[in-house]
This record gives sequence, structure tokens and C-alpha cells, in this order.
Amino acid sequence: MARLTADGLLKLKEKVKNENALSKDGYTVKITVHLGTCGIAAGGDVVYEALKEEIEESKRDDIKVVISGCAGMCSSEPNVTIGRIGEDAVIYRDLDAEKMRKIFQGHVLGGEILNEYAMARIKEPV
Amino acid sequence: MQQLQNLKALNPDLTEEAMSRVDEIIDRNKGKPGCLIPVLEECQGVVDYLPMELLEYIGSRLNIPGSTVYGVVTFYSFFTMVPKGRHTIKVCMGTACYVRGIGEVQNRLQSKLNVKVGNTTEDRRFTLEAVRCLGACGLAPVMVVDSVTYGGVSPDSALKIVDKYE
Amino acid sequence: MSENNSKAEEIVEEKAEEEEQEKKKEEKVIPYLEDVPFFGLQKLIVLKNKGIDPELIDEYIAKDGYQAAAKALLEMTPEEIIAEMKTSGLRGRGGAGFPTGLKWEFANKSEGDIKYVLCNADEGDPGAFMDRSVLEADPHAILEGMIIAAKAVGAHQGYIYCRAEYPLAIKRLNIAISQATEYGLLGNDIFGSGFDFHLEIYQGAGAFVCGEETALMHSIEGKRGMPRPRPPFPAHQGLWKKPTVLNNVETYANVPQIIFNGGKWYAGIGTETSKGTKVFALTGTVKNIGLVEVPMGTSLRTIIFDIGGGVPKKKKFKAVQLGGPSGGCVSEEFIDTPVDYESIAKVGAIMGSGGMIVMDNQTCMVDMARFFMDFVQDESCGKCTPCREGTRHMLQILEKITRGEGEPGDIDTLEELSEVIKDAALCGLGQTGPNPVLSTLQYFRDEYEAHIFEKRCPAKRCPALLEFEVDEEKCIKCGICFKRCPTEAITWEKKQPAKIDKDKCIKCMTCITNCPSDAIF
Ligand SMILES: Cc1cc2nc3c(=O)[nH]c(=O)nc-3n(C[C@H](O)[C@H](O)[C@H](O)COP(=O)(O)O)c2cc1C
Ligand code: FES
Ligand code: FES
Repeated sequence: MARLTADGLLKLKEKVKNENALSKDGYTVKITVHLGTCGIAAGGDVVYEALKEEIEESKRDDIKVVISGCAGMCSSEPNVTIGRIGEDAVIYRDLDAEKMRKIFQGHVLGGEILNEYAMARIKEPV
Repeated sequence: MQQLQNLKALNPDLTEEAMSRVDEIIDRNKGKPGCLIPVLEECQGVVDYLPMELLEYIGSRLNIPGSTVYGVVTFYSFFTMVPKGRHTIKVCMGTACYVRGIGEVQNRLQSKLNVKVGNTTEDRRFTLEAVRCLGACGLAPVMVVDSVTYGGVSPDSALKIVDKYE
Repeated sequence: MSENNSKAEEIVEEKAEEEEQEKKKEEKVIPYLEDVPFFGLQKLIVLKNKGIDPELIDEYIAKDGYQAAAKALLEMTPEEIIAEMKTSGLRGRGGAGFPTGLKWEFANKSEGDIKYVLCNADEGDPGAFMDRSVLEADPHAILEGMIIAAKAVGAHQGYIYCRAEYPLAIKRLNIAISQATEYGLLGNDIFGSGFDFHLEIYQGAGAFVCGEETALMHSIEGKRGMPRPRPPFPAHQGLWKKPTVLNNVETYANVPQIIFNGGKWYAGIGTETSKGTKVFALTGTVKNIGLVEVPMGTSLRTIIFDIGGGVPKKKKFKAVQLGGPSGGCVSEEFIDTPVDYESIAKVGAIMGSGGMIVMDNQTCMVDMARFFMDFVQDESCGKCTPCREGTRHMLQILEKITRGEGEPGDIDTLEELSEVIKDAALCGLGQTGPNPVLSTLQYFRDEYEAHIFEKRCPAKRCPALLEFEVDEEKCIKCGICFKRCPTEAITWEKKQPAKIDKDKCIKCMTCITNCPSDAIF
């Protein structure tokens, strides 16, 4: 990796921004698993494992998974945010492996938001 | 080498393998200002605890008086000079957990396991520790056994949980 | 249906009702994040990057990361950085609220060839986790803040002092440091500016007093983490006797955005004397537990009841504790107090580092005071007598009171000891240690008196002051206590009130906590 100059920093920023726009890399879904200490303690790592298994089984290669820190509301952990290209993202709450699998099948693959587990929508288009 | 042999005779936990890792840790840190605490932290990671013999060894290798090493070890709660049980139970005594009733959980564990906080059961099955906030206050009251975190524990559920550990 | 069962039925019905409501909610459209009060009422500066991947520096860069560092290193003089910080009005978030720009100016003016920049990530307040979350979610913001501070004071070496209990934070910091080093954002000649800055993590070893600045520096030097009297202040003589700046995690997290957006922008948020936002770790008996970042000046009520959703059903708000073992509690009467350094101090608490613990009517305030005093006594480094002996004495009195052996005069002794310790202790630990006692005495003196004179614990939390008897009038004959009792000390038969055999009872509190009708006393 090269050392950055101020100019290089701006270029890198634009580049990453572009890449993060899902379509550029052929991704159509972005899933963020919120794994801070509290999320992991609440079972976030189990949810993450279940998610990875589901993706594997689905044989889809257009799903991007991102790990992040705490989403903020610890009492609703584990949280996962799902964004399908061109749609509002949805943040789900109080997940476990079972619910994660249902959400994966229903929302990620099927496009149906699972209201009973959803906490909120996020307007930012992914 | 002579000295290393002696150490093993003095304390069987200071195996040759452990001591070679201890030496590696010391060599890597020696000479850095303020290296004592990181060295102790890493060595405790290797041996599990810091027996007196090991403290003296570390002190002599780092040219730090044994009394200084001892003073540092006893000052910080992270260090322990006695071996631990097979499993470590940490009850969170942070404020959030206390408000939500960890005190009662701790009392029940103490009386059921017949061990006071900070000590190890006679059969060396459990070490019971109290820590200040595990950073999982959202799940309070919280208890950790080995590396598994249990949230929302009650005196009853805590006993059931520790039953699972042999 | 017998009348005796009606109350139990009622409870069941209520539960069904709750579930019904839950169902209705599910059918409704999912609200947008900004329409959920917990999120919508917050203002994110420190936490603005909480959704990014903390282990990828590129993600931070995509959010304008390191641009403030580039600006500071390439376009600004140290004096200009300090001026910008002063304009922003940022005050230290580690507790004391000292103006950050001023602190940097002292260190900048201090003579010395070698200087240090330190980050206090010791987060000792038990029950607070703001710093941990920031470190885990956005470690690069801390790095960038420290680079800017280094330029401002002329330091080329920095340390992050992080508690060993935060392994994930340490891991992510390590990743961040190595990625920043690869990009040349740490190390020599950053951005080709000719400015060098090296950063290391130092793992704490579990002593609360090491959060105090002079103790922290002793600890990095490899010694027992004991505080020393000030002056000399660290800005003149700090780590290894060199001029040193120490700031808290959250303080540093604000810095890049202040430099990026300008001090004026930051000063436009908050109140006259307290600028910007503050992150609180909201916990205890409150519906929504989590991190809350609000503009300074937001009222406690908004934080606890609107954002936090209030206390769960059937419980009643009693007080909120701020500032942990150095702080105090605020009773319902003052719940409209705005959070800024001065207003919070006026009602007997402190802003502290951001721990905010909500307590309900089942919390015994005398026991809470005992809890904090136990903490202070436990963590007292032992160097100065007022703190070591004074807090021990106070703890003994509080323990006596909660055991039901309190005597008239105890309250006066507590108050006298508090004054002595506050005046004579060496460091902040001792000087602020009596605060939890004083503030509970201020608002809940009647609870102390009930313990001492009536041998009664109004919140029913002190086992020694409880009879463990069943009030047959109140008992709804549900049998829950019978089922839960671990020692089979309770007898109960359908439609009969429960009875407790005191010989078998171990006073474990299980029955009292679980009784739905508050019938055991
Ligand atoms: C006993 C004691 C414990 C402290 N613990 C912490 C702590 O855990 N984290 C922290 O940032 N500051 C802590 N402080 C405050 C620090 O001494 C120091 O004021 C602060 O880190 C300065 O940073 P700031 O100006 O950015 O707030 C503590 C102070 C005392 C007296
Ligand atoms: S107080 Fe127990 S996890 Fe924070
Ligand atoms: S430890 Fe600082 S006053 Fe006692």
C-alpha cells in the first residue's frame, strides 16, 4: 500500500465511495452485522455465523457482509441492517440464529420485510 | 539453564515450554522504558498466574528489584499470584448490574459454591471473581463463565448455568 | 373464579393486552429511524460513523476521514489549531470539563524537546461504556484526533492507555494503527508534511485510580499507578517528566470534526458554557438501554423518558445517577435539569464521563451509597490517609446502617467525614468519593432515617431489615414464591396464602423480587 498524500486521500475517498455504491461491484445486497462487545455478548456472533451459512447455501455472490460497532441501542441487540439495492434499508432487532435465517430467506432473498422483527427503516439508499 | 531447571522443581507450573515463552517475552520487551507491566501481562497469559518464583525470575532478568515487581503485581487487580480454578466465573459488579440485582446472584453463588469472591473452590473447579463492568450493561445483570457471557441472570439461572461446567 | 385469583388473572390479562398491542405494532408500517424517538432525538457527532466497518481504514476515509489531519498538518500552524479548538469551546469529556484548547496551549508553550500526547481509554466508571463503544466502532477517529493534538503541541510520540477488560477495543485499535501506518498516516513525514507521529497502545491492568492523569502516567512508566500532587501539571511535567497532554477518548473523537468543519460550527451546538454534544451510556431500569448522544443542554427528562422510553411498566422512576463513584444522583424533582457542566453540578451531581443509571423504587439509596463507597474504598490507592482511612470508616458506617445497626448520629458522622475527605484527599478519587453519599443524603435523607430509626428499608432491598413474612391481606395466593424458593422454606397450597419457615429461609430475596403483589415484607 502506498503512503498517502493529501491529494491521494481525496482520490481514495471518491474511489471508496464509488465502490461502496453497491452496483459498481455487482453487489445487490449489503448486510451489516453490528458486533460491539454488547452485540457479541447478546449472541451477535451466533447470528453472524448463521448468516454466513445461509449466504453459503444460497450460492449468491452479490451479497456483501460488513461488520460494524454497536448500533446504539444495546437492549435491542443483536442488530442486523439489511439493505437491498434501490430500497430502504431495514434494521432488525433482538435477533437469534433462527430469526436471522427467516429474515435471510424472507427479506434478503424474497424481498419481503419481516415486520415482526424490524425496528426501523433507514432512508439512505445503499 | 541451571536456573530454569530449578524453577521447574520449585513450581511444576513453570514448565520448560512456559519458561521459553517467558524468555521470549522478556527478550522482546527488555530495555523498553516501562516494560514491566506489559511483560507481566503477557507472562500471566502464558502461565495463568504469577507465582513468586516467576516474579523473582522476571525481576532479575529485567534488573528490577523483586520488591518493586511484587509491589506492582499486588497493586493491579488484573494480576493474580495464585492459580485459578478450571473455570472462572466473573460476576459483574458494575453499577448497572448492581441496580438490576447482581448482588443477590453473587450471594447465592458464594453460598452454593462455598467460596468467597476472589477465591477458588477447594476442588479447583471454579474461581469466583467480581469485576467492574464488562461493557455489556445492556444485558444487565451479567455474568461471564470462561469466555461465554450470560445476560439477564437471576440467582436461580446462575446456579443452573454453572452446573453445566465440570 | 374465586376472588382470590382475580389479581393473578388481572396480571395475566394485562400481559395478553400487552401482547395484543405488540401485534398491532407489527402490522403497522415500520417507522423511519429518525421517527423512532431513541434515534431521532439524538444528534450524532462522536457517534456519526457507528455503522462503518471499524477494521477497514478505507471506510473511515470515505466518511471524510483523515482530511482534518491533512488540513492540520499541511495548512495550519499549531497556534491556528489551538485557536480553532478554543473557538469550538470543547471541554474535556473525561469528567472535569477542562477546556481542551487551553490545555493544548499550555503544553504547546511548555519548554521541552520531547513531548507526549496520551489518550485516556481507561473508562473506570463502572457501568459506563461510551469510550468502549467509540473505540470499537470508530477507532480511526481517535487516531486522527491524536495526530492533530500532536501537531498542536509539538509531540511525536503518543500512547493510548486502554483497560485490559476491553479486548475487542484493543484489537480494533491495533488494526487501525497498523492500517494507518501502512498508509503513512502514522510514522514519519505524514502527508509529506515533515511531521512525525508514532502511536502505541498501552494496556492497563485494572486499577480505577489509573484513570487519574498522574497515576496513569506512573502506570505507563511501569510503576504502581499512584497519583501525585499537582502542580507540576502534566502540561509541564508529565510522562517521564516531559510536557504531556492527556485527553479522554470522546474528547479526541470530537477533534477531527472541529478542525474539518471549524470551531464556529461546533460552538453553534450546545449551551453558553457547554458546547457540542455529550455521549451518555444510558442504563439501569429504563426501557431502551444504550448509547445516547445529545446536544448539551438537553434535559434529563428528554434523555430518560423520550429517548430512553422511561422506566418499564409497573415500576416507578426514583432517581438517576450521573458520574458514577465520583458523582451523585438527581431525584425526580430536578428531572428537567438540562445537561451541561454547571446545571448538573448545581443539583448535586456531576457531568462525569457519561454514565447515566436510572433507578426505580426498588433501589435502596442507602445501599447504593454503600455500593459506591465500597468501590471507592476498594480502589483507593492507599497513598493518602484521608482517602484510605476516611472511606473505610464511611463504608463501615454505611454497612452498619444497611445491616440495621445504624445509630443516631451516624448521619452527622458521615457528613463530617465527607467534608474532611473532600478537603484533604490527594487526588480526585478521594476528593469526589463522598459525593454519592452526600447527594443521596440530600435527596433521600428519609431513607437513611428509616433504616436507622425505624429499622426499615423502604425499597425492600436490605435483607437484614426484612422480616420475610407474608402479608396475608396482600397475598394473592399465586404460589410463585413457593415455586421459586431455592430452599423449600415456603409452604403453599392452592387458594391459601404462602407461609415462610424462617429456619429454612436463607434470605436470598428470590421471593421478594418475584412476588407480584408486594406481599412479603
Ligand atoms: C480517580 C479518577 C479516575 C479517572 N478516570 C478517568 C477515566 O477512566 N477516563 C477518563 O477519560 N478520565 C478519567 N479521569 C480524569 C482524568 O484524570 C483526566 O482529567 C482526563 O482524562 C483528562 O481528559 P479530558 O480533559 O479530555 O477530559 C479520572 C480522574 C480521577 C481523579
Ligand atoms: S455494569 Fe455490568 S456490564 Fe456494565
Ligand atoms: S487514591 Fe487519590 S485520594 Fe485516595
